[in-house]
Amino acid sequence: MLDLDAALLSRVQFAFTISAHIIFPAFTIGLASYLAVLNGLWLWRGESVYRALFDYWKGIFAIAFGMGVVSGVVMTYQFGTNWAAFSAKAGPIIGPLLGYEVLAAFFLESGFLGVMLFGRERVGPKLHFLATLLVAVGTLMSAFWILSANSWMQTPAGYAIDEQGRYVASDWWKVVFNPSFPYRFVHMVLACYLTTALVVGATGAWHLLRGAGGREARKMFSMALWMATLLAPLQTVVGDLHGLNTFKHQPAKVAAMEGHFETMRGAPLILFGFPNVAEGRTTHKVEIPKLGSLILTHTLDGEVKGLNAFPQEDRPHPVIPFFAFRIMVALGLAMAGLGLWALWRRWRGSIHEDRWLQWAAFAMGPTGFAALLAGWFVTETGRQPFLIYGLMRTSEGVSAVSAGAVAASLTAFVLVYLLVFGAGTLYALAMMARPPEPFEDAQDDPAKAQAVAPHGLADTAKGGA
Amino acid sequence: MPDIVTIWAAILAFSVLAYVVLDGFDLGLGILFLATPRDEERNLMLASIAPVWDGNQTWLVMGGGALLAAFPLAYGVVMPALYMPITAMVLALIFRGVAFKFRDRNDGARSAWDAGFAIGSLVATFAQGVTLGALVEGLKVTNGAYAGGAFDWLSPFSVLTGLALVVGYSLLGATWLIWRTTGRMREKMRRYATFAMFGTLGAIGLVSALTPFMNPAYAQRWFAAPAIYYSALVPALVALAGWALWRALTKPGADHTPFLAALSLFVLSFIGLGVSFYPYIVPPSLTLEQAASDRSSLAFLLAGGALLIPMVIGYNIHAYWTFRGKVRDGDGYH
Repeated sequence: MLDLDAALLSRVQFAFTISAHIIFPAFTIGLASYLAVLNGLWLWRGESVYRALFDYWKGIFAIAFGMGVVSGVVMTYQFGTNWAAFSAKAGPIIGPLLGYEVLAAFFLESGFLGVMLFGRERVGPKLHFLATLLVAVGTLMSAFWILSANSWMQTPAGYAIDEQGRYVASDWWKVVFNPSFPYRFVHMVLACYLTTALVVGATGAWHLLRGAGGREARKMFSMALWMATLLAPLQTVVGDLHGLNTFKHQPAKVAAMEGHFETMRGAPLILFGFPNVAEGRTTHKVEIPKLGSLILTHTLDGEVKGLNAFPQEDRPHPVIPFFAFRIMVALGLAMAGLGLWALWRRWRGSIHEDRWLQWAAFAMGPTGFAALLAGWFVTETGRQPFLIYGLMRTSEGVSAVSAGAVAASLTAFVLVYLLVFGAGTLYALAMMARPPEPFEDAQDDPAKAQAVAPHGLADTAKGGA
Repeated sequence: MPDIVTIWAAILAFSVLAYVVLDGFDLGLGILFLATPRDEERNLMLASIAPVWDGNQTWLVMGGGALLAAFPLAYGVVMPALYMPITAMVLALIFRGVAFKFRDRNDGARSAWDAGFAIGSLVATFAQGVTLGALVEGLKVTNGAYAGGAFDWLSPFSVLTGLALVVGYSLLGATWLIWRTTGRMREKMRRYATFAMFGTLGAIGLVSALTPFMNPAYAQRWFAAPAIYYSALVPALVALAGWALWRALTKPGADHTPFLAALSLFVLSFIGLGVSFYPYIVPPSLTLEQAASDRSSLAFLLAGGALLIPMVIGYNIHAYWTFRGKVRDGDGYH
């Protein structure tokens, strides 16, 4: 029984540490691209509002990126500490994919990030823009490889099993571009961009509601709502395509998401309900007839498999996928609504006059994170009871460590994360609560001009005094 | 043309060495926080590593990633065996990593984050040293998986290597600061570096003397002819580097010399470990060849690594060059 507990605790620990981690990269992937756009516009148009916004978000980026880095180091080692059997068996495939992610992260962190954060005066504006751009590209490269690795665990392809029982690649192209990867990657990148846009929009709205922030606040509010207008509807389309891909390759996951126990032709779309595993049916449901089949098969009478169509030991537990999916979809629709509302106001020329729109954008600030986490809970719990879908069970991948050791480490992770990332989040929020300051040219400011004087001239003797 | 497993062993070894010397001086600087209570001192110390520490730490992720990608069996054995020290290390590194950003947000909590920075650096260093000691002592492996207990890593020897690394990193941190600061800070660090030098040389001697007893194969590798003609060079060079360090600290010349001398001590110790380990990656159970991944996996990642790792090294150097020179009062670290 002890082993089972270690496995469950390891799952909880992985879910906790990766959920805490993903919040930061999701935000920094979007923010890195936003900073590249702002820096580019500043260089191109020379309007100080872009420079002011760049400097404002750069500080917040630094703090979020730092938290992403330290929580990411944890992930690198957790595959081994808690999932050693998985690492040993699937290492020949997962290892190089994560290895490329490390190289991508490396590519961005070890040089360009420092230049982007500290080096504008030292390298000049053009090289500084290039560094910002490469940081943005680096975050997307990181996402590419992580999602490829995750997608391979969802829809394994291009593999063979060697004489030691390990999964090895027979076709790397098929491994990397496995069937669910393109959908998952686009869905995730859009989610990151939306998440960041909602945070930026809420920050702008906050300052506008308080009558602060001026031109800078209006600009960030407007730019963010353009993103909601354009990307939220696009995301629903991409999400739908991703769902169809899942229906094809992981039908049991879709059955859990939809709350279907029985296989049906002309299946309804269950809006609400409670999937009751003991009774083998979804109770208290509100449903729209035929719509489930229409969405998943594009015909009114298409067959939709229910959970009962799969052997009992191969079924995911439906409660988390079912509810998390509904949370994600509801939030996604709210984002699309916000985007359309903003578009209408823009059309009318009154985007900055609508207080209700500002309040709505403010309230929607954290919903990107919530939707993103909900989506990951759908896809990860829906993959169960497998670690590599159809190939390796989660229970087979765990390390031979004691439940006591995992319980102790899990407790330590929870305490440290609450303290450190709780404080970090508060600091980031405090930075966002301060309105952006207009940018003034350094040439006119003697204090600033001195700060960029060649290094090595001043004496540091006072440093230790 | 060397075998691809050898190439990956070299990449892994290089990553670990790069991590140890680069993050080593960051972590050592963190440990020295315990002896530098004043705010101005700490600002200056942090300013000297702010643009580079993140890149330095990334070599740790690189080392872990390379171990998983190229030697998955070793990764699957080492990580569960060292579950507690590894977990302690990553948790400690969290405190170390966030302190840069957090300490200037809130004056009320600054001393607490500074303490987190110092203790995080100390714990991470100690855990890394313990990990090394436990690996030297050897891990029990059955059927390709770790077969020992949860506390097998804990021994007098691993505690010794843990303490040795704390002293060694402090030496790196102090000599780094001699290079990058002036005035009183530099003088203070000369004093600390002198203490740390004696500690480090003593620890190298003690660990070297004990290592052959950990595993008869180590003694064999070091002392059997003809290996001894080459391996005897290592302690001779350690003595030479120690002497150079002593001179650089007592008869001050160029400010970068102590750091370079301390660095060479680390490189030589690392080479010494390599002599003991080779051809094993997890002594006495797994050789590099046994732990290696599938040939196609090694080749697939090497294609990207061969392109990106030299670039990474190139602009790592560029970053150090961009932020070269002495740090001054008022240089930002945030």
